[in-house]
Amino acid sequence: MESVNQNSAGIFAIIPVMNVNKLLKPVVFILCLLPLLFLIWQGFNNALGVNPAETILDTMGNWAIYMLLITLTVTPFRKLTGWGGVIRLRRMFGLFAFFYVCLHLLSYVWFDQYFDWNEILKDIIKRPFITLGFATFLLLIPLVITSTNKMMVRLKKNWKVLHQLVYPISIMAVVHFFLMTRADFRHPVIIASLLSLLLAYRLFVYFQKQQKIKA
Amino acid sequence: MSIIIKKPDDIRPSEITSQTVYNDRREFLKKMGLAATAIAGAGHLSLAEAKAYPNLVKSKFSTTDKLTSLDDVKGYNNFYEFGTGKYDPAKNAKNFNPKPWSIAVEGECEKPGVFDLEDFIKPYALEERIYRFRCVEGWSMVIPWVGFPLADMIKKFKPTSKAKYVEFVTLYDTKRMPGQVLKVLPWPYTEGLRMDEAMNPLTLMAVGLYGDTLPNQNGAPIRLVVPWKYGFKNIKSIVKIRFTEHEPTSTWHDIGPKEYGFYSNVNPDVDHPRWSQKTERRIGDAFWAPKHKTQKFNGYAEQVAHLYKGMDLKKYF
Repeated sequence: MESVNQNSAGIFAIIPVMNVNKLLKPVVFILCLLPLLFLIWQGFNNALGVNPAETILDTMGNWAIYMLLITLTVTPFRKLTGWGGVIRLRRMFGLFAFFYVCLHLLSYVWFDQYFDWNEILKDIIKRPFITLGFATFLLLIPLVITSTNKMMVRLKKNWKVLHQLVYPISIMAVVHFFLMTRADFRHPVIIASLLSLLLAYRLFVYFQKQQKIKA
Repeated sequence: MSIIIKKPDDIRPSEITSQTVYNDRREFLKKMGLAATAIAGAGHLSLAEAKAYPNLVKSKFSTTDKLTSLDDVKGYNNFYEFGTGKYDPAKNAKNFNPKPWSIAVEGECEKPGVFDLEDFIKPYALEERIYRFRCVEGWSMVIPWVGFPLADMIKKFKPTSKAKYVEFVTLYDTKRMPGQVLKVLPWPYTEGLRMDEAMNPLTLMAVGLYGDTLPNQNGAPIRLVVPWKYGFKNIKSIVKIRFTEHEPTSTWHDIGPKEYGFYSNVNPDVDHPRWSQKTERRIGDAFWAPKHKTQKFNGYAEQVAHLYKGMDLKKYF
């Protein structure tokens, strides 16, 4: 990847050693931000549809789940392609998942409830899908706090155990999606299938390890 | 809703129609209008008033709330026969042809029959009724319907003493209504009213909105409008009306009896199990603005509350 000839002429000469490693993170960062940027663009161009509050709430919720799935794809992707570099993106994907969860929650608190904290509290207690959504948000917080290198070093083995919370978190997020669907379950079913595949991979790896230990 | 409103300074001169061109256009339209009138013979057809129902009786039941724009009314609604998304009907109903259309009247009545739509609606004076429309999902609109009271129609068919309910059925034709290919609902869509609800002067058979014929996506050519009930009770593209002795099925009630009652009267005190019904998002409002408070019977308590006297509305929701 870093084998671009420094002496080659043309446009490549301008970028001394096309450092993929250095460009990767900023490029992926911008890519992860695109859903929000597009939403803002839509807002300024009157393109959020007939019910903009709903569009924003749904879009942010969808991307929170997509980001969780992308985060879970990193490890199998590395195994399949043999490209280790992708692992450096995992934290960013995870943090973006939280970012979109926050925007989704903010849309709910603002557009749906208009900061009526009493009503919000009642909702969290009374309605399973809101309870689940809120719990998902809360469970993500310790993962965000312990996402730094320092924390990783400090927590040692516990870090890995703690961050396995991402599995129940993803399941909860998808169940939350199911519970709010009215009659057409195609979208949540696709999401649930993808998540099952990603989780099945973990089970497969786990049982393989167990067998090796036995042998 | 609009975020960017162009100030006069922002309007490029090229966007402004010059007076000459404007005059030319007016002249052209006038000529066209004359030609059309000539062709139509004695008709009062003119291009300026190409709407199907230009002279409607205004109703005392109309609300003075601000109207939802025609684009929003046409662009956003639930009509699963044309797809499950709320932007789907506008896209998928384009090629739907509601002509010819016939309606079967059956069941406990003295004068059943099958009628051509034109003959069916001919006897009634059409009026404009501006009603609030509240969807069970928590959004609302204000729509100027064109129609006639269902009560007038019911009287004509002389229901017998056994007729306690009225059942309505939507067209079931997967070729014309592509959304019916998916079995998301048990087709055909069916709805029902108690006889006294059906006879209430507010209950409307609508054949148009905004002074024109019903857009396909809004239930062409004829639909029910019951303004104090949640939107899904307002069954669209009706092909059958049946007088029954027993409570008819209601499609959403069928697949989710805990979530959608047979009555489904708008009621802020009875939450949908999954969301509150206390407030509603009025379509057209800014998304950052607070929602509207939902009114009992959607604000029509004065006209309909007596129908449910003594009934436990939490049980019969």
